[in-house]
Amino acid sequence: MNLKTPSKLEKILASGEFAVTSECGPPRGSDPEAITKKAELIKNHVDAINITDNQTSVTRLCSLAACIHLKMMGVEPCLQMVTRDRNRIALQSDILGAASFDIFNMLCLSGDHQSFGDCASGQNVHDLDSMQLLQLVRMMRDEGKFIGGDEIKRPPKMFVGAAANPFADPFEIRVPRLAKKIAAGAEFIQTQCIYNLDKFEEWMKLVVDRGLHEKVYILAGLTPMKSAGMARYMKNRVPGMDVPEEVVKRLAGVPKEKQAEEGIKICIESILRLKEVKGVKGFHIMAIEWEQKVPEIVEEAGLYPRPKID
Amino acid sequence: MIVGQQKPLDEIWEMIKGHKKVLVFGCNTCVAVCQQGGNKEAEILASLLRMKATQEGCEIEIKNSGIERQCEHEFFEQALDDIKWAEAILSTACGIGVQFVAEKFEKTHVYPGLNTTFLGAVEKLGLYTERCQACGQCILGKTAGICPISRCAKRLLNGPCGGSTKGKCEISKDLDCAWQLIIDRLKALGKLDEYEKITPIKDWSSDRAGGPRTFIREDVQV
Repeated sequence: MNLKTPSKLEKILASGEFAVTSECGPPRGSDPEAITKKAELIKNHVDAINITDNQTSVTRLCSLAACIHLKMMGVEPCLQMVTRDRNRIALQSDILGAASFDIFNMLCLSGDHQSFGDCASGQNVHDLDSMQLLQLVRMMRDEGKFIGGDEIKRPPKMFVGAAANPFADPFEIRVPRLAKKIAAGAEFIQTQCIYNLDKFEEWMKLVVDRGLHEKVYILAGLTPMKSAGMARYMKNRVPGMDVPEEVVKRLAGVPKEKQAEEGIKICIESILRLKEVKGVKGFHIMAIEWEQKVPEIVEEAGLYPRPKID
Repeated sequence: MIVGQQKPLDEIWEMIKGHKKVLVFGCNTCVAVCQQGGNKEAEILASLLRMKATQEGCEIEIKNSGIERQCEHEFFEQALDDIKWAEAILSTACGIGVQFVAEKFEKTHVYPGLNTTFLGAVEKLGLYTERCQACGQCILGKTAGICPISRCAKRLLNGPCGGSTKGKCEISKDLDCAWQLIIDRLKALGKLDEYEKITPIKDWSSDRAGGPRTFIREDVQV
């Protein structure tokens, strides 16, 4: 195995086994238990846990601090970092801060627009974009240099990831965009939640045709639906989300109290189907405020027990 | 051109109501194109303010005047009498004109009658849209003639983000996704392969970030 970092996630992906990651959103307060309790629920069923960075632009406890809490309980964190809130000084500084706690995974994002959150009247920074953040982390790691050219003492050792949304428009550049992120330095990809499996498979085929699946590990993103209402909301209101009508209908077709169970069933069926798709190397299960369901999904999808890595 | 939007009357009134002699001072070039702040608009605003003063029972003398451009010395000569008469000037120029008036007449109170909104184009009568943020280092040659700095809500140099839906921006269904426009145009020009070139980290020092900017041409100075 030709490993570039001490990341457990990288080791599992390199071993050829399916990787499983999940995510936890930090609290809107300073209680560390809000993170550690969620992590306790899922830590034996996943290889790494992403901590979101002020997702949907709502102010929360910072991703880095939450990652440190995970690290202290022996869980492998994946630091999500958006370019919306930090300039290049802060980005580099936070990367070093994370590296000082031996955080070995990072997901580079641009972030939702601030108008969706609780500080709609605030500035956004975007000194860099997500593509350039990937370049930055790889430069800091591989060349041991800051943007300014100075040498970094004890460079960070991050396994570097990016997001990909196969469902956003325009579709024709979704694969070129992935190629661009790989060229910028992405080593793993966590995709947008997949509900339209046909379209995802179409995208994956184009990815494989270009040989990109051999240059990057693709983790398919999944979020179980709690209700038909949630499915409708995701379909109509969340930018870049593709929820086919039959998913909404399937959930609406069962009694309200059974819809959550149906949502879990859909999620498990999706994983089983996606396991057969060439180029899919793992799963990123984003059970939003529903972390207790992750173990069941992982077990039922035949992804348990997780591999033991030293 | 510079686009401006007249401030609400009540906000203007709060600024000027404490003065006795107020000059509403129009600027007849850029902002006037979108029918805001020109000499004609200054005249209308002055009469609205006179009515407001009557309603509020305030004794304020309000005159109106205007020049072609408040950002150049040479145009002020013709309005000097009105300016000297005034205790306060409500300038309906962009922020540049307001500041120039303030710099020139140190004993006169100066207030802005407009909000300077952006550098934009006249798409059609009554529709003005942003096109430039004067970043000081133009990249339009690399983005098919469409500016992602002024037209992408996240000013992404390597867009689009995952929020681009049916050609529109995630923040509004009425707003075109700049990167959709760039991609469409690259395609029309037969150079979509250029999309995969990564735009490197930008030097923002020629932008606002580098501090107030100056352009000096000694060869034309007299």
